[in-house]
Amino acid sequence: MRTPRSRRSGRSRSVPVQVFLLAVTIMAAGASFGVGTSSSGVRPGPPVNPSVRDRPNDAGCAIEVTWEASFDDSRGRGIVNSYSIFRSLEAVSGFANVATINSGRERYLYVDEKVEDDKRYFYKIVAETGSGAFSEPSVIGPVISSAQWFHTDRYNMLFALIIVSASVLIFISMARKGKELYIRPIAGLQAVDEAVGRATEMGRPVLYIPGILDMDDVQTIAGVAILGRVARKTAEYETPLSVPVSRSVVMSAAQETVKEAYWDMGKPDAYHPEMVRYLTDDQFGYAAGVDGIMLREKPATVFFMGAFYAESLILAETGHSIGAIQIAGTAMTSQLPFFVTACDYTLIGEELFAAGAYLTEDPRLLGSLKGQDVAKGLAIAFIVIGIILESFGYHWLTDFLKVN
Amino acid sequence: MRREFPLVITFVCGITMIVQFFIPHEPFGGMKSYFQHSYMIIAAFAMLLGIGNLTKIHVKKIRDKRPQWGYSIVLLAGLLGMAIPGLFIGGIKEDTIFDFLFKNAHVPMQSTMFSLLAFFVASASYRAFRARTVDAALLLIAGFVVMLGRAPIGDYLTSFMPDGWQMSDYANWIMAIPNTAGQRAIMMGAALGVVATSLRVILGIERSYLGGE
Repeated sequence: MRTPRSRRSGRSRSVPVQVFLLAVTIMAAGASFGVGTSSSGVRPGPPVNPSVRDRPNDAGCAIEVTWEASFDDSRGRGIVNSYSIFRSLEAVSGFANVATINSGRERYLYVDEKVEDDKRYFYKIVAETGSGAFSEPSVIGPVISSAQWFHTDRYNMLFALIIVSASVLIFISMARKGKELYIRPIAGLQAVDEAVGRATEMGRPVLYIPGILDMDDVQTIAGVAILGRVARKTAEYETPLSVPVSRSVVMSAAQETVKEAYWDMGKPDAYHPEMVRYLTDDQFGYAAGVDGIMLREKPATVFFMGAFYAESLILAETGHSIGAIQIAGTAMTSQLPFFVTACDYTLIGEELFAAGAYLTEDPRLLGSLKGQDVAKGLAIAFIVIGIILESFGYHWLTDFLKVN
Repeated sequence: MRREFPLVITFVCGITMIVQFFIPHEPFGGMKSYFQHSYMIIAAFAMLLGIGNLTKIHVKKIRDKRPQWGYSIVLLAGLLGMAIPGLFIGGIKEDTIFDFLFKNAHVPMQSTMFSLLAFFVASASYRAFRARTVDAALLLIAGFVVMLGRAPIGDYLTSFMPDGWQMSDYANWIMAIPNTAGQRAIMMGAALGVVATSLRVILGIERSYLGGE
């Protein structure tokens, strides 16, 4: 039998229980309207428009997960701290966290590169607040990763490559058949003979700088190709040749090139390996070394053929100060003004690549130059047509030529 | 065979690099990084050739007491002075002898060489900006406007002009329109030159880089 005391105490315990039940009811009702709370804070709105797809134009094993910011990200209440991405092979269970991304953007992209091809994956993205509350998860998928056999963003590049290659190959073929091709004179290349002859008359060496980049740069390959022609001239005139280089691979290639040139000209005794010497890979160390060579050996002729950076003017001005005749060639647009100012002749951009072919007068090589000119004419035509189309509001050509 | 074998390697590698650009599927997709890594390994070993060449030339110069052979002693001392601590005494981490030499000798010398550029720019500009021809005069005017437009005094001098007609606006126009147009024209020509040169090399028409005609 209960005493009055026990009845009072029983009534007093029932008040917190009722409060708790009321709170749970309010939370449940609030949650049903989407503004509910979790045990650790206010539940944020979920990520907007989540989607998944196989990453296009790749070698496989990658899935792109995208979504827009939750309404509680930087907008709204601004309570979202991060987004967690979960992945599973099943739609309802087995989800494991694969990444967490900080909030603060309008749109989000996560590339999951830890997947296997030809498997169905499901993803779940949840927004998380600083107090640890999560948004409603939304399951997206399935998605299957696969590798593609063609990069669909590069149709335009393939088109350009086919046109340029075809025009080059057609003219090479025409040249092989003996057709006379007119190549416009390039003053800098016509001066090569004169420059080497001047060094011969003065009894001073020719200095050749094949740029400061390695053999994986086409400008260096062009520079070494021109070195072969210049070495033939120096072998013919028996003029000393000095080739300081800044890369070991370039040194090996240049040594071989110069050696073969001297052999081909019937002057193997005039060649010695010290003609091509390695200085250093360091940009300004190399500039200091070449400046020292210029001031000590006083070459009568200096060639700069290849890729150059900030050292270009240091070298060219030093060459100018010793009174050398200087011929430069580079495709580095930022260095061209320096060479134009400090050198007697400058091969601008494409002229550097044409120089090797120009100096040999081999019809096949000259044919490739003609093909290059035709490709340039087509490029100009595309630019003019593009300007006209854009002016009238047609964007299809611009869109087609856009490089992604 | 001595000439043909490198040409075959060049052809196969060149075609593979073109194909991998358009086909992301394996085995082509990973070819680019494979070739790049291979090249880096070859270049690393070739470094030994370079150092060998450098040492051989300067040792010979000292031995033969050629003119200015004293510089060769300095060069070899510098080479060994950096290489020995880096290889055998503490490595190349921070607070090692190598690190001390790098920060207190190498970097200041690099900066010294780079700072020379300021003086060479001045002397080259003096020659380029002599208005002896119409082209040189145009260059002088454009250079003058860009320099003024890049400094606060340019806008101060044209402060009476309405917005959009200040000196910095003229400078920005020169840089954005005529300068960019000229640069792009050169870059497009160079890109076509790169394609044509690459084709010549891949097809074995251009072989002077191998030492032949």
